[in-house]
Amino acid sequence: MIKNIKNIMTVLLVTIAGVVFGQIPSAETGTFALTNATIETITKGTIQNGTVVITDGKIAEVGSSVSIPQGAKTIDCSGMTIYPGMIDGGTQVGLIEVSSDPRTRDNNEIGDVIPHIQALTAVNPSSVIHPVTRVNGVTTVLTMPSGGLFPGTAALINLHGYTPDQMYAGFKGAVLNFPATGRRGRWDRRSDEDIKKAAEKALKQLNEVWTKAVQFHKIDSASGGKDQPYYPEMEALLPVVRGEMKLLVNVNSANDIKAAIKWIEENGVDAVLCGASEGWRVADEIAKAGIPVITGPVLSNPTRDYDRYDRPYANAGALQKAGVKVAIRTNEVENARNLPYHAGFAAAYGMGKEEALKAVTIVPAEIFGVSDKYGSIEKGKVANLFVTTGDPFETKTQVKYVFIEGWNIPMTSRHTQLYEEYLNRAPGVEK
Amino acid sequence: MKKIHLIFALLLTITFVMAQEKGSVLIKSGTVLTVTNGTLEDTDVLIRDGKISKIGKGLSAPSGAKTIDATGMFVMPGIIDAHSHLALDAVNEATNPVTAEVWVGDALDPLDVGIYQALAGGVTSAHAMHGSANAIGGQCETVKFRYGEIDPEKMRMAGAPRTIKFALGENPTRVHGSGNGIQPRTRMGVEHVIRSSFQKAKEYMKAWDTYNAKKNDKRFKGKAPAYDLRLETLADILRGNIIIHCHSYRADEIYMLMQVCKDFGIERLVFQHVNEGFKVAPELAKFGAGASVFADWWAYKFEVYYSTAYNAAILTKNGVTTSINSDSGELIRHLYHEAAKSQKYGGLSDDEALSLITINPAKQLGIADRVGSLEEGKEGDVAIFKNHPLSIYAIPMLTVVDGVVRFDRENDPADMRLYPDPEEKIDVTFWEAEDHDRCMANTEFLFTDK
Repeated sequence: MIKNIKNIMTVLLVTIAGVVFGQIPSAETGTFALTNATIETITKGTIQNGTVVITDGKIAEVGSSVSIPQGAKTIDCSGMTIYPGMIDGGTQVGLIEVSSDPRTRDNNEIGDVIPHIQALTAVNPSSVIHPVTRVNGVTTVLTMPSGGLFPGTAALINLHGYTPDQMYAGFKGAVLNFPATGRRGRWDRRSDEDIKKAAEKALKQLNEVWTKAVQFHKIDSASGGKDQPYYPEMEALLPVVRGEMKLLVNVNSANDIKAAIKWIEENGVDAVLCGASEGWRVADEIAKAGIPVITGPVLSNPTRDYDRYDRPYANAGALQKAGVKVAIRTNEVENARNLPYHAGFAAAYGMGKEEALKAVTIVPAEIFGVSDKYGSIEKGKVANLFVTTGDPFETKTQVKYVFIEGWNIPMTSRHTQLYEEYLNRAPGVEK
Repeated sequence: MKKIHLIFALLLTITFVMAQEKGSVLIKSGTVLTVTNGTLEDTDVLIRDGKISKIGKGLSAPSGAKTIDATGMFVMPGIIDAHSHLALDAVNEATNPVTAEVWVGDALDPLDVGIYQALAGGVTSAHAMHGSANAIGGQCETVKFRYGEIDPEKMRMAGAPRTIKFALGENPTRVHGSGNGIQPRTRMGVEHVIRSSFQKAKEYMKAWDTYNAKKNDKRFKGKAPAYDLRLETLADILRGNIIIHCHSYRADEIYMLMQVCKDFGIERLVFQHVNEGFKVAPELAKFGAGASVFADWWAYKFEVYYSTAYNAAILTKNGVTTSINSDSGELIRHLYHEAAKSQKYGGLSDDEALSLITINPAKQLGIADRVGSLEEGKEGDVAIFKNHPLSIYAIPMLTVVDGVVRFDRENDPADMRLYPDPEEKIDVTFWEAEDHDRCMANTEFLFTDK
């Protein structure tokens, strides 16, 4: 009895300390049973009044008649729906904390051809942004370096863990910023001539780098990898040349997409088109090439002043209808939490709810080659899931529980903590 | 005789132009979200010559009025954005910490296709603001999105109160202190710049008052004080003729400006962005200051690192008149969705959430007697949605300004530019996201690191 009181006191003290210092409480692991829920498995339909059992970080059982193991912590999910954790197919989460402050930006290293630069290295596990993102049901994000032609290697991370390795979700891809022939923004005041020259130069450089990488692969294969000089950028491109690693190709305007497809096909690269904001213009070409697309932000302005106002909303749906495998990304940092709203707009403007939901769950998992672990609620998969009061895209829907690799994530973030503290501020006007 | 013909022709032209700016339209059988008077099912809204003449059932259209069948759709007041930089050719006069003499109304751009994109998001009015480079920036202009009119004069919401932009924190200290080596470099300096400006304006006002009182006296030998547009504008703030709209983030600087305003007897004050407004919500409520916030933008600079998406809800629950703004050509396209975020973050009711983008911004701009709700006698600014505007599946279908349909999803062509540039050769593809706030537009040259 006394021991119990002591335990209770300890828990209380820890909780109070957490509140006072604004810390996020630790997640909890163990065996959980989420009962009486509607389960949107994504790959195997909807289960009414079902149970999900989580053990050892995995989904141990899913179904309507599942026996609950002894000692499992049961969470009654009556009236609620379980979805697989959402995957944002393109962000800079973990690499940037406060985007205006260069001291907190680790996304953009010096150098034009630096595929060996690893995003995972600079993922800050303590970023305040992780809890803010995951309590909205986004459990997993691709975090990408940015900059020159080959700015580095992106990594898929789960938004829980104390080291980058604990967060790593099993996919890495080299990034290529495909040479752009358009203007990059209103601020881009280069002459037409300069733009053309810059694009030609970049394409020439790309081909040179690629030729070198192919050569490096030949020498490496011939020598069995022995006595190769230290050449980290070429080493990083080796798996891409050999088709063992995906190339994430950032490309947006229609002409550039066509050029990228041509380049990808000529070089036999296993590629993904990222961004593809003008994908709708060349949807059939992309479909024909069979290259998957990660598009977004959906919530954005038309790329050209004369385009119909809703093209960005309708892009994902247009691609999907043309037969392209489409995932949705936010391309965000602090507001990657809005992934469900990007998907929701895509759903409303032609993609439909079901496909949009796939575009933030199973489709990105497939594109990243991790669909054996992520993207749906199936027995044996990693227990990344969230529980809501309804449609996860609807703005007012509340997320009640989030699990990442079986850890029961506290539904706390800087945003909820400030709400708790300031809703009824004490003292008020008078102290 | 010829003259009469000419006058007649001229009159006809004038009538035609007038008819284009103010229209009559009957919106039939919609779910009418009045905002101030609840939700009315299966109800008609009649707009006559630009004004809402009747809200009721079974109304019939006067001759010449267009009829819109809104069966199954939602009819709400046109959305109002209290913070925008659309329709402007110039945003920042970043040459001095105090530039009260300039006015964005001199740089209106009715050809901005962004106006149409905003209309396609149900927005009918906006506060076209000066930027945030200066502690006391330029005067702003409340505009109506009468897209299609090419005369800048027709963008103005005639009769709307005058407003002026102020700015605290990182932007003015970065531009002037770090950039030009002059005050303000700190939040202390910002206070001094504002206080000393008001003090000068007070003295200027007094000098003119003294002169005006004595000038008709034959024995008076003095001269009129030198006219100064900057001081004249500041004096108009002190006189209560101009509403301050102040770019601000941190609680301390928000509190500071309230103290300064109290000391100078200024009552008309709205804070913009005001990310930490939730921390001083009781003080804002007591002062009667408004708060115009982002739904969830944060962490893009250090002064918004300690933010919460629950800001709008905390402010509303503390009794602060709160609006949600865009400050962006992108967010303005879906302010209805931004408003809905206050339901996720803080559980506001439908009417509370809709108020954030209608009647509340109207109050903050001093135009709530004319727009911001669906009431008889108000101006005919209406947005019609498929699905409830607070749903993620909401689709704006028609937007009406002064009774004129300015956006019609089913019938508008894709290319809505008014003035294409024949010189443009390369396909322009804008794919890099805009800076987080457009407030610093035209100051990029000042920084190597944005």
